[in-house]
Amino acid sequence: MTDASKSAKGDLKLSSLVKTYGEFVAVDDLSLLIPEGSFFALLGPSGCGKTTTLRMIAGLDEPTSGSIHIGNTDITYQKPYDRPVNTVFQNYALFPHLTIFENIAFGLRRRGIKDVKDQVDKVLNLVELPHLAQRKPTQLSGGQQQRIALARAIVNRPALLLLDEPLGALDLKLRRQMQIELKWIQTEVGLTFVHVTHDQEEAMTMADTIAVMNEGKIEQMGSPADLYDSPQTAFVANFLGQSNLIKGRVVDSDGDANVVEIHGQKVKVLKNRSVAKDSSILFGIRPEKIRIQPGAHQLSGCVLEGGVISDVSYIGVSTQYQVEMPWGQELMVFEQNDDGIPPLAKGDPVKLSWETIFSFGLDGSEDASAGSEVNPDED
Amino acid sequence: MALATNRKKKLWPYILLAPGMVWLVIFFIAPIVKLVSTSTQTQGVNIGEYVQSYRFANFIDAFTGAAPQFFRSFLYAGLATAFALMISYPLAYAIAFKSGKWKNTLLVLVVAPFFTSFLLRTIAWEQILGEQGLVLKTLRFLHILGPTGHLTATPFAVVAGLTYNFLPFMTLPLYASLERIDPRTLEASGDLYASGFTTFRKVTFPLSLPGVVAGTLLTFIPAAGDYVNAELLGNPQTKMIGNVIAARYLQIVDYPGAAALSFILMATILILVLVYIRKMGTDEVV
Repeated sequence: MTDASKSAKGDLKLSSLVKTYGEFVAVDDLSLLIPEGSFFALLGPSGCGKTTTLRMIAGLDEPTSGSIHIGNTDITYQKPYDRPVNTVFQNYALFPHLTIFENIAFGLRRRGIKDVKDQVDKVLNLVELPHLAQRKPTQLSGGQQQRIALARAIVNRPALLLLDEPLGALDLKLRRQMQIELKWIQTEVGLTFVHVTHDQEEAMTMADTIAVMNEGKIEQMGSPADLYDSPQTAFVANFLGQSNLIKGRVVDSDGDANVVEIHGQKVKVLKNRSVAKDSSILFGIRPEKIRIQPGAHQLSGCVLEGGVISDVSYIGVSTQYQVEMPWGQELMVFEQNDDGIPPLAKGDPVKLSWETIFSFGLDGSEDASAGSEVNPDED
Repeated sequence: MALATNRKKKLWPYILLAPGMVWLVIFFIAPIVKLVSTSTQTQGVNIGEYVQSYRFANFIDAFTGAAPQFFRSFLYAGLATAFALMISYPLAYAIAFKSGKWKNTLLVLVVAPFFTSFLLRTIAWEQILGEQGLVLKTLRFLHILGPTGHLTATPFAVVAGLTYNFLPFMTLPLYASLERIDPRTLEASGDLYASGFTTFRKVTFPLSLPGVVAGTLLTFIPAAGDYVNAELLGNPQTKMIGNVIAARYLQIVDYPGAAALSFILMATILILVLVYIRKMGTDEVV
């Protein structure tokens, strides 16, 4: 137990981290820099290696190779109880035999702090549950247990707080509320939060930076807006929200845009929004960026013609259309219900259009359905 | 119609309870009543004939006549329980947390002795500790025991026999309560700066207390009333209360004395158990 390591501060650095279980590679040569004080999310489907990564940072699993640093301190092989890292566990893992007060005081007492009352009270106030101090964990609701688990971790003021699917067991409404609260608490205490989740909405609401993980590797990293607006792989385009990905070919260049031919029709994608390596391209456009119009209208921007509505779902704030294109592919269109015009009907012929700046280009050799089969709500 | 079904629904719990209640009345309540009534009877005209005369002094007579065996019973049972706990805890811990795919095999092995009769197993201990047994030879070879030293017919043999015979009753409840502990609470403890030993002291052991309480009760109670181990592995100076009761009943044909002793044994155990449970505060634990 060296005090130097417990007081280690600074950025979290993962270098070429590998974890294998027999033949199975859970984490594959992962390198990451998480700046001090940021709210960082590791987002991916179950089995992508995000929880393994978290457990290695916590010291609960040992990496097969690679290293973990906080600031300049190497913590790769330190025992969990020697690290300035605390974890909020997925099922909270509160101590059932201790009161809420003693649960929160646990970490402080282990570090030999005698007068814990002030700190425990303070953090109980922060999570707004000071009246529950003398209860046992089983007497609390799921949402309350969640907050106590958070309080038990942050009371120690770790250099790094790890959150393993912290909101997974809560119902939707409570989850929304806790997302906002967690974000607020993070700003309040100023600790580095590393948050592991399969829920893209949760990651986007809270995190400054998201790393999307798939099969032990990071697919793409950036701010929520970056990832959503400019996905660089089909996996990210499909896992983070929904995308229409259409196989095409770059046939021409027009200023700062490339002209892409899709089954005989021409659309454009900005050159700086395309990562296609050659003329083969996977052309992408988000469903809510598309305008849908009945046949005769004049349209600006990119246009695809010849669609027929094959399905209409009215969901209140918007109407979701499935449009069958002449080449057989179904495209998704989300239309805000803000114009007072009744939705189009199934079987109507339509044209689709959007502003060129919204389209993006992916490498044409990618599988257009990558990341769309995984059910993000599955644990 | 609705009323009839409702009444039927209300009857169901009683119907389900009935077999158990009948069993309890025939095999528990009735014998207890018989036991208590016998305990205050006095000698009739013929040998073995007793008449009810509400002589409560029977209890005092019985107790003063068998006080040493009484205390010895609780001492031996207490020692056996302590040894069983010391042996069982690491065993149950290993099975619950470290055994991996061997878990079921090990559990079967814990229960395996029950496939042989209690009596046979105790007689086997006579052999193990006896003149030809490996234990005695080893101890003599190491000069821990002199050439005339022996193990059978000693308090050691009785306590060892008790410990062995009731070990599974300690191991299984311990295993059950350790197995129930969420391993993530142990990880959480490590994450919150507790070393392995501190985690055991502050989390694992407190969470296993229900198993400790159940195990010690299941070991102590039958051990305190046991007479087979003292009979087969002991000597006249290691007699336990069970031996006295058996002798009064079968050899002296003093039914009231045997009944009074049985009653005192039961009452004492009941009081000890209540004090113990109150002290351990089991209802506080999970």
